[in-house]
Amino acid sequence: MTACYCILYSMAPIIEVNNLVKTYPGVRAVDDVSLAIEHGVCFGLLGPNGAGKTTLIELVEGIKQADSGGIVYKGRPLGRAFLKDAGIQFQVTALQEFLTVQETLKLFKDLYPRTMAVNEVIRLCSLEEFLDRDTRKLSGGQRQRLLMALALINDPEVLFLDEPTTGLDPQSRRNFWDLINLIKSRKKTVVLTTHYMDEAYTLCDEIAIMDRGKIITQGTPEQLLKEHFGDVVLQFPEEDVNGKLEGLGLCASKQPGWCEIQTHDIDGTIKILLGRNVSLSRMNMRSWSLEDLFIALTGKQLRS
Amino acid sequence: MKRFFAILHARNMEFLRDKSSFGWNIFFPLLLVLGFAMVFSGDPKPLYKVGVFGSTEGLKPAESQFFKTKYVQFIPVYDREKAIDKVGHFQLDMLIDVSHGKQYWVNADAPNGYILERLLGGTGNKGYERLTVQGREIRYVDWVVPGILAMNMMFSCLFGVGFVIVRYRKNGFLKRLKATPLRPFEFLLAQMVSRLLLILTITVAVYAGCNYFIHFQMRGSYANLFLVSTLGAICMISLGLLVSARLSSEELAGGLLNLITWPMMLLSGVWFSLEGTNPVVQKVAQFLPLTHLVDGARSIMTEGAGFGDIAPHLAVLALMTALFISIGSLIFRWE
Repeated sequence: MTACYCILYSMAPIIEVNNLVKTYPGVRAVDDVSLAIEHGVCFGLLGPNGAGKTTLIELVEGIKQADSGGIVYKGRPLGRAFLKDAGIQFQVTALQEFLTVQETLKLFKDLYPRTMAVNEVIRLCSLEEFLDRDTRKLSGGQRQRLLMALALINDPEVLFLDEPTTGLDPQSRRNFWDLINLIKSRKKTVVLTTHYMDEAYTLCDEIAIMDRGKIITQGTPEQLLKEHFGDVVLQFPEEDVNGKLEGLGLCASKQPGWCEIQTHDIDGTIKILLGRNVSLSRMNMRSWSLEDLFIALTGKQLRS
Repeated sequence: MKRFFAILHARNMEFLRDKSSFGWNIFFPLLLVLGFAMVFSGDPKPLYKVGVFGSTEGLKPAESQFFKTKYVQFIPVYDREKAIDKVGHFQLDMLIDVSHGKQYWVNADAPNGYILERLLGGTGNKGYERLTVQGREIRYVDWVVPGILAMNMMFSCLFGVGFVIVRYRKNGFLKRLKATPLRPFEFLLAQMVSRLLLILTITVAVYAGCNYFIHFQMRGSYANLFLVSTLGAICMISLGLLVSARLSSEELAGGLLNLITWPMMLLSGVWFSLEGTNPVVQKVAQFLPLTHLVDGARSIMTEGAGFGDIAPHLAVLALMTALFISIGSLIFRWE
């Protein structure tokens, strides 16, 4: 009987969000959102600024109160126990001033009943070099690593990261990705909001795209791309194909000056193009990205 | 308790390492006291103060002439024994009892008393029994020191707690703490204890430092002085917590704190005695916590008041503290 419960438990989502609504004056920031996050996955919440990502994640964290709807954590309504299990990194936060990195870690460690060893957190987040530095004197990357360390100090089961790499230089972003991958390898559930598509594609096992307070699609990045697009897109300057592909229905979309062709069958498409005397010398071939998916779904740029 | 001590320690470190704020808390009151000691080290103020016990309305015209003398402030008194003490401490130059028996008191060592006696006789007032009081003069600096120390406590407690919590809320630190198992009560208690420990330590240091140079009077017990100071500080901190319970604008918090501190600084008897002032002002002053802190501390230091004497002040401070904390914790929010 116990074994049966364990199997059921491990298969149940760690977090379930049901018909969540949050309204601010003049705007419905979260509009009847429902989703489920499986145990041990990295779940990405994508959307442009103002889509409602931060409001949704803060509702799930229990920081904000929803107008209606419910959140279930490990099969029970969200309660104080969740705060002991959750590691949270906000998009914007401040720390107690005049404390060093080491003292700040000690402060947050003492706020939790169960914690990871401080030395382990220091090693995991590579804080060794600036442990005795005042937290106000850290660089952007160092500060993000400290905030991540504070989110990990209670050895959380669920880690929430709200746009953790915004404002970081490319090198710091890469380092941060390595850190998140390391955390993922420890079977932690990670909930990540971002508006960097490459970040979501690299880190997330599952994504939900949000716009105007609603989830407009959800799945693994590969599933979503496959569902909405062909395998690859071939791009030609418009003057190279002008009038030569009429009647074939191949030209799926036109960007200013360019013709784009979606296809599953690259060899067959190229044969057709050569048969119509289309020059391939200036042809580009690329895969569809999440950026394309977002544009296709919402009609606007992700970072607009 | 672990969470409480973590926040307490962090706040103490923040305060002690913020050298500008720490220095201001120490040197501001020290400079004020030393400045007043220098300014008022000369002759006593030229104004004559006469306490009047009983009504002067039924007096004969000749007798009432004295009470119309220019440049003499006549102050109605309702507690004759206290007023006699004040004559002894040079806080009143003369006390006249016109109600029955016709008596007046002057300090045998006070020149002002002698002049007022001559004036009283010269305006046709006969038959008054002359009584003398002896006592050590309370210099203005002796009188003003409890007020300055209490005022410094008020500023430190209100701004040091109220303003800091609003800053924490504005910059998102409180939101970060909300995401931990820390309870509001633990956070607020840690802020309160931290500020209490620091302000009492600073006040003791400033008191000792000023006393080294000025040797001001301390006629009562240090235990009672410590008690009223501690309760006064807790009351001020509670008021700071109440102000900061919901605000997230430092500008608004600063304005509100000024709105609270300025009237207290002017109406709580820090700089001048409220005796003889408008009765409405005196009534309003009774609703200000600083009044009770200053009056309690001053009566201990200059009059040697005991626990029984300051008990009403302690009761009012305790009541105000309970009120401020109750409302503050009810309306407190992290964000």
